[in-house]
Amino acid sequence: MTRTTLNIGYVPLVDSAPLVIAQELGFAAKEGLTLNLLKQPSWSTLRDLLALGTLDAAHMLSPLPIAMSLGLSSLRVRVHTLMVLSMNGNVIGVSNHVACAMRAAGWDGQFGTPHDTGRALLAVTDHPKVGVPFPHSMHAELVAHWLGALDNASARTRTVPPPLMAKAVEAGEVDAFCVGEPWGSVVVENKVGELILPGAAIWNASPEKVLGAREAWIDAHPNEVRALIRAVWRAGEWLAAPDNLSLASEVLARTDFLDLPEQVIDLALRSHLCPKPGALPERVPHFLRFHGDQVTHPFPSHADWIATKLARHHGLDPVESSRLAQETYRAKLYLSAVAGLRKPEEVDSQGLLEYDTLTPMGPDETLDQNPF
Amino acid sequence: MADTPSILVIEENSLRAAEIRDGLSLGGWSSVTILENLECLSQELSKTDPDIILIDLATPNRDALENLSNASGAAHRPVAMFVDQTDAELTRLAMQAGLSAYVVDGLEQSRILPVLETAIERFRFTSQLRSERDAAKRALEERKTIDRAKGLLMRAKGVSEEEAYQRIRKTAMNPGRKVIDVAQALVTAADMLA
Repeated sequence: MTRTTLNIGYVPLVDSAPLVIAQELGFAAKEGLTLNLLKQPSWSTLRDLLALGTLDAAHMLSPLPIAMSLGLSSLRVRVHTLMVLSMNGNVIGVSNHVACAMRAAGWDGQFGTPHDTGRALLAVTDHPKVGVPFPHSMHAELVAHWLGALDNASARTRTVPPPLMAKAVEAGEVDAFCVGEPWGSVVVENKVGELILPGAAIWNASPEKVLGAREAWIDAHPNEVRALIRAVWRAGEWLAAPDNLSLASEVLARTDFLDLPEQVIDLALRSHLCPKPGALPERVPHFLRFHGDQVTHPFPSHADWIATKLARHHGLDPVESSRLAQETYRAKLYLSAVAGLRKPEEVDSQGLLEYDTLTPMGPDETLDQNPF
Repeated sequence: MADTPSILVIEENSLRAAEIRDGLSLGGWSSVTILENLECLSQELSKTDPDIILIDLATPNRDALENLSNASGAAHRPVAMFVDQTDAELTRLAMQAGLSAYVVDGLEQSRILPVLETAIERFRFTSQLRSERDAAKRALEERKTIDRAKGLLMRAKGVSEEEAYQRIRKTAMNPGRKVIDVAQALVTAADMLA
């Protein structure tokens, strides 16, 4: 059987796992696909190559396809979200200098207490400089949401590519940062800062990376698109089995993919983090998930949340932006692709889900206790 | 001064940066500033006040430039070149050559294109040089490993150099591996047993 080759862009991060595993463990082959995985040095380059058609689909920061569709990020191209690739996975940290000041201000150093930690951070710097990987990212939105929920404070975000985050912290260019693993742990390992809060403490079910593709390409390749969704869904299911994670870390660690030490990847995949140098790894609930509880479902309510925030930052009409963004979430296409894969009980309990429901995933809350 | 647009080149490799500067000055653009890292980009932008920014696509630092193009109300706002969708083909060529261009404060298209064409040519040329140099370096490293593996086999099995090489090659052929992979495995194993 001849397979169809798809060019898939990704940025070498732990949460690219579903795409890498889909190809390397044969889930793509089972669907008649070969994924030509193309590693990208930056989100801007990935975005441009997707816009130009060099890439068919890509691992993307969840706000990026919406920003592109709204014309906020370079070339205006309608990029649609086929599914969510990963839920959560970010971590917030501060420089050693800021951590000391926070302790002096009475912070108890607990990891996972958004209110106390946020107040301590704002007590030492009322307008913190926060490094994030990209302007249109869940990282930037989580930080804004967190500080906004506390005394309506705000941060000055600065874009720092994740591999350079530890350097930026050390040089004092940023007071704090929000980044995906393994780059938060690298800051701790380099002893230049510590982790103060998992992203999941701000929103416990945030769509982190999504699978994006151009609308025109999706329309022209309906079968390949469904096959791709199924292959990635199966990879996520495989990644949800703890027994598979050693092999997953080994595959991801290879030079062609993340080119990072296996242990770092393994900890993140197992939702463990070491917040301080020398501390034992602690388990962070829901730190990073690829499967289950409809984690991969592209909920239009996510699009609404993201678009409303983007519209506010850029002075666009929030209602119109949200409407446009929700159209880019291909929930029906996703459901038709995975229909035969989900277990009966999953379909029974949630198969009749409204596409625009606002409380999709059980315990899904943001820290201000407004159920999302 | 108004006739020659000022160009800022962000390139970590100073040899490559010099090569690009030379190419641009041959083309008649003398106002070229090189920046080797983006740490002080905002200061550099207000100091040199460039019309065009050229940046190597291979650097993750490109995302930091996006931050500035996103900042609403910033005085010097670099915008990715092809935002107005004028020339997708040129953009594609630039990206293939490993280059992205940002334009500050709406310089006319007619003045950007020749700069970009020259830069594309230089980028392509230096990329080629770089990949040739990398390939040569890798080949040399591989040869060293293969020589060590041959030496190990010659000592352990008392065979000639030619025979040792044939054995490595044969082992590699069966499961479809590369000679270098087998040699590397042998060297690693020998190091562990030493």
